[in-house]
Order: sequence, then structure tokens, then C-alpha cells
Amino acid sequence: MQGTLPIFRRELSGYFATPVAYVFIVIFLILTGIFTWQLGGFFERGQADLRPFFDFHPWLYLFLIPAVSMRLWAEEHKSGTIELLMTLPVSRGGAVAGKFLAAWAFCGVALALTFPLWITVNYLGDPDNGAIVTGYIGSLLMAGAFLAIGACVSAATKSQVIAFIIAVVICFLFLLAGFPPVTEFLKGAQMPEAVISAVTSFSFLTRFDAIAKGVIDLRDLIFFSTLIACCLVMNAFILEAKKA
Amino acid sequence: MSTRIELKELTKRFGGSGSGGILAVDRVSFKVEGGEVLGFLGPNGAGKSTTMKMLTGFLPATSGSASICGFDVAARPLEAKRCIGYLPEGAPAYADMTPEGFLTFCASVRGLTGEAGRKAVARAVERTNLEGVLRQPVETLSKGFKRRVGLAQAILHDPDVLILDEPTDGLDPNQKHEVRALIRELAKGKGSGDGGRAVVLSTHILEEVEAVCTRVVLIARGRVVADCTPAEFVAKSRFHNAVTLEIVTPDRADVPAALRQISGVSGVEDVEAVDAGAGRRVRCVVLAGKGKAVAHEVSHLVKARGWEVEAMRVEAGRLDDVFRDLTCASG
Ligand SMILES: Nc1ncnc2c1ncn2[C@@H]1O[C@H](COP(=O)(O)OP(=O)(O)OP(=O)(O)O)[C@@H](O)[C@H]1O
Ligand SMILES: [Mg+2]
Repeated sequence: MQGTLPIFRRELSGYFATPVAYVFIVIFLILTGIFTWQLGGFFERGQADLRPFFDFHPWLYLFLIPAVSMRLWAEEHKSGTIELLMTLPVSRGGAVAGKFLAAWAFCGVALALTFPLWITVNYLGDPDNGAIVTGYIGSLLMAGAFLAIGACVSAATKSQVIAFIIAVVICFLFLLAGFPPVTEFLKGAQMPEAVISAVTSFSFLTRFDAIAKGVIDLRDLIFFSTLIACCLVMNAFILEAKKA
Repeated sequence: MSTRIELKELTKRFGGSGSGGILAVDRVSFKVEGGEVLGFLGPNGAGKSTTMKMLTGFLPATSGSASICGFDVAARPLEAKRCIGYLPEGAPAYADMTPEGFLTFCASVRGLTGEAGRKAVARAVERTNLEGVLRQPVETLSKGFKRRVGLAQAILHDPDVLILDEPTDGLDPNQKHEVRALIRELAKGKGSGDGGRAVVLSTHILEEVEAVCTRVVLIARGRVVADCTPAEFVAKSRFHNAVTLEIVTPDRADVPAALRQISGVSGVEDVEAVDAGAGRRVRCVVLAGKGKAVAHEVSHLVKARGWEVEAMRVEAGRLDDVFRDLTCASG
């Protein structure tokens, strides 16, 4: 993975050199706050855990993560720096990994900054901290999956707007796959059980739901990791195909 | 001396396979040895940048091959890229970085970190006179400074092969001068080992070719139409060895006709005659045949006829004439 580390460092410091990072983090924190307290009924539930906090993550990520991933490659295509990057002695996989890891680390920072919530629940009650740690891990994995999809889309276009919209649509499909109304609809449409379970197995919602409850199922971890890996490989292929 | 760059029948077709699409580069072959500075010329759209993009491994070739320092660009891309310093067309750079950050990044990707990286950046900055703008975001730099940042990035790691796409485009006359001096100096440098360094630069400024290049490759519509030294290139001019003559003659003799009688003269052009006082002032250009020198005979004739010479000079020929002749004819 030649060149991954310098690219990772450049990208990550790039986020914090521009207002993008701060705007993103502030919006993320405000939205998690609103969702958790207002919509999630954090206090009314009378339970010391972070369920309402995690429950909204998939929907929050749906819009926020493509906003992070859209510029990853589209900007390089647009400004021509892709020519510079690809003629430096870096392997394509190294560049893909470096950029992805930087974006992921950035999301990790934003997620970590929600720690006051954790402190609050510990102050108010006696939560299951193991479940909360699991929730954070699951949330980070899901963010990674969204990011990998977004990066892949971004590699195919030089327009950040297009990259954003298409990434949102694809991520939305992955979310919807396990959304109860959709499952009901499939059942209503007399779909065979195998199809329904295949569709549902791609669902971010069901898989994340389990992790957020504190249940770590190896299959869920494998699902997210495989999805990330597949998207990154595809990302590298798209870059290769695009220049031919 | 050793072969640094080798192109074999390199071809690029954009869009569509078979005979469709745009044939941007058409079976281009040449070699560049260490120590050579090759001026890559051609009209707009001739395929210069496309050739360079294939040489640097950015674009895959449709057919044919290219190798850098013995490494095939397609088969051993990383090794080839390590040997190359490349200034892409338009000198792209990360807009929100400072030149310092950008160069440090490029150095670290090339494995120059810590002290080695700082040294490499400092030297490249000094050679391209970037000291004054090191902390200013690249997007706020003027065009010439952006180009210099790109150039600094290309020479950072002291590469054996330099590929520069219009390195002096947008530079002021002082900087052009400095960059040419830098290129000459770089070409003299040893590079790693003792094979010498090879430089390929594309340009639309023909004086640059005479100023820095040891060799010229001219392409038009993707084909090589000339590959020679700048002197040989100039010698292809119709005006090579031509004599520009300005005389005043009292008799109304037909000067061009007399000049045409001289052996070796292939023609007389741009005849301009004005009545001036006692006689007529005649201006003309006497063209010499290929490989012939006519200045001597012309001056004899002038003496014999008793023409009064106002001006007489031997032309070397101009690069733009050759450029125009060769690139228009091939169409
Ligand atoms: N990505 C591309 N897709 C399709 N055609 C292309 C592409 N890039 C270049 N071309 C075509 O290839 C030809 C050669 O272009 P190239 O940029 O190599 O010219 P050039 O010699 O560098 O010209 P200039 O002096 O203007 O820089 C042109 O006809 C151009 O339109
Ligand atoms: Mg060009």
C-alpha cells in the first residue's frame, strides 16, 4: 500500500484546514442532540441508555456521510490533481485506502465528540456501558460502509453534486432494504421468502439495530467489513476505468 | 549515457475502439538519452500532452509501449514513476494547501520524510524562487507562481527523467530566463548513477527550443514529422542561408532576374522596388538551394554590376517557418 500514510495525513489535515470539518461536526452534534433529546424522548423514557441516540444514526448518516464522501475523488477529477496523484509513486489501492481511512477517521472524530452524552447517561443512571461501546463500534462501521459507497460514487464523476445525490440514493436503498414497510410490501407482493430474506440481509437498519442493542453478531461485522472492502476495490477499478 | 526514455509505436485512441474515436497519438517512437533536453513541439491538439500522460503512466496506451529508465510504464508503474518528475499541463496542485504543505506532501509520498524531506523541499523552493509565497494557499497564487510550485514538485526528488508540459507558460520574462537556466543546469546534472538526466519539455515558444534543447521532436496530428537537432531543424527552413539584400541601383536593370542567374539560387522573393532619388531602391530575399551557400556569389554580382548596397545579411532561417511548413504540409 505504497503512499497510504502520506495521503491519509494530507486528507485528514485537509478536513481541518477548511471550514468543512467544523461545519460538519457542529451540524452533526446539533442534529444528534435534537434527535436524542427531542424526538427520542431521552428523559421521558426513564431509561439510562443511548438507544434513542443510536436509533437516529442511520438517518443522520444518510445525508451527512455523502456530504463528506462527495469531494473525495470528484474534486481531484475536477481540479486535475488526479493526474498529479496518479503519477506519484503511489499504488491505486494505496491512494484509495488513504483517502477512505482519512474520511473514516474524520467521521470517527465527529462521533467521538458525542462523548458528553455518554457522560450524561452515566451521571443520570447506571447504563450498560458494554452495550454503549458496542453501539459506537456499530455506528462507526456503518459510517464506514456509507463512506465506502460514497467514495466509490465520487470516483466516477467530477461533479460533487452528482456524487452526493447518487450516494444518498444508494445508501437510502441499503437502509430501506430492512425497513418494516418495505418488508411488508415485499410480503404483500407475494415475493418468495428467499427474496425477502436476501433483500433484508442487505439492510443496514436491521444489522445496525442488533449492534446498537449491544448484540455483536460476527455476521454483522463481516457484512459491514465485506461491504467496505468490496466498495473500495470497486473504487480502484472505477478510477482505472475512468482514465482509459 | 544510457537510454532514459524509450517509446515504441506508442498509440492512443480516445473513445471507441477499432478505427473509431480520436486518434490522438499515432505510432510515436523515439528514444531519449541521459543528458539530452528534448523539445517536444507541435500545434494545438497534436498529441503532446497525451504522449506525456502515457509516458508518466497516467493514461494507458492503446497500443505500443513506453519505458522509463528501463521500466515498462504499464508493467512496472511504481518503479517508472519513482524515476520521473512530472509537471502536468496546467500545473495542477491542491488548491487549499500552501506550497510548503504541498511540497512536503509530495516529498513524503516519494519517501522523503523528516530531515531529508525538509532538505529536498528547501532546495526545490530555492531553485524555483518560491520563498516569498510558501505560506500562501495555492489557490491565491498568481498563474506564474502556481506553475513554479508545479515545477518545484517535479524536481523535488532529483529525478533521472523530467517530463515538463509547458513549463514556462505564464511565466514573466525573468522567470522564463531562470527556468531555462534551471533546465539546462538540471540536464547537466548527473542524476542518480552516471547515466545522466533526460528532460522532455513541450512548448509553444520556439526560441526556448534554441535556448535549451539539444534535440527537437515535432509532431502533428499524432505523428512524428521531424526528429533532429535544433540546428538541423532550422536548416530545413526555406530561408536557411538565404540572403536579404537591399540595394540602390541607378539603371533600371531587372535585379531579380540577374540574381536568379546565380548557380545555387533557388528563387528570389519579396521583391520590393521604390523609386529613390537617382535610381531605384530594391529589396529582396535570395533563396539558396538545399545545402548551398550563395552569399559569396551574390556579393560578386553586386560588385560587378556596381549596385550600391544598403544592407545585406545571411539568414539562418526561422524555427516558426519550419514549424509552419512541416505541420501544415502533413495535413
Ligand atoms: N480525454 C480525452 N478524450 C477525448 N479526446 C481527447 C482527450 N484528451 C485529449 N484528447 C484529444 O487528443 C488530441 C491531442 O490532445 P493533446 O492534449 O495531447 O494536445 P496537445 O498537443 O497537448 O495540444 P496543446 O498544444 O493545445 O496543449 C486532441 O484532439 C484532443 O481533443
Ligand atoms: Mg498540451
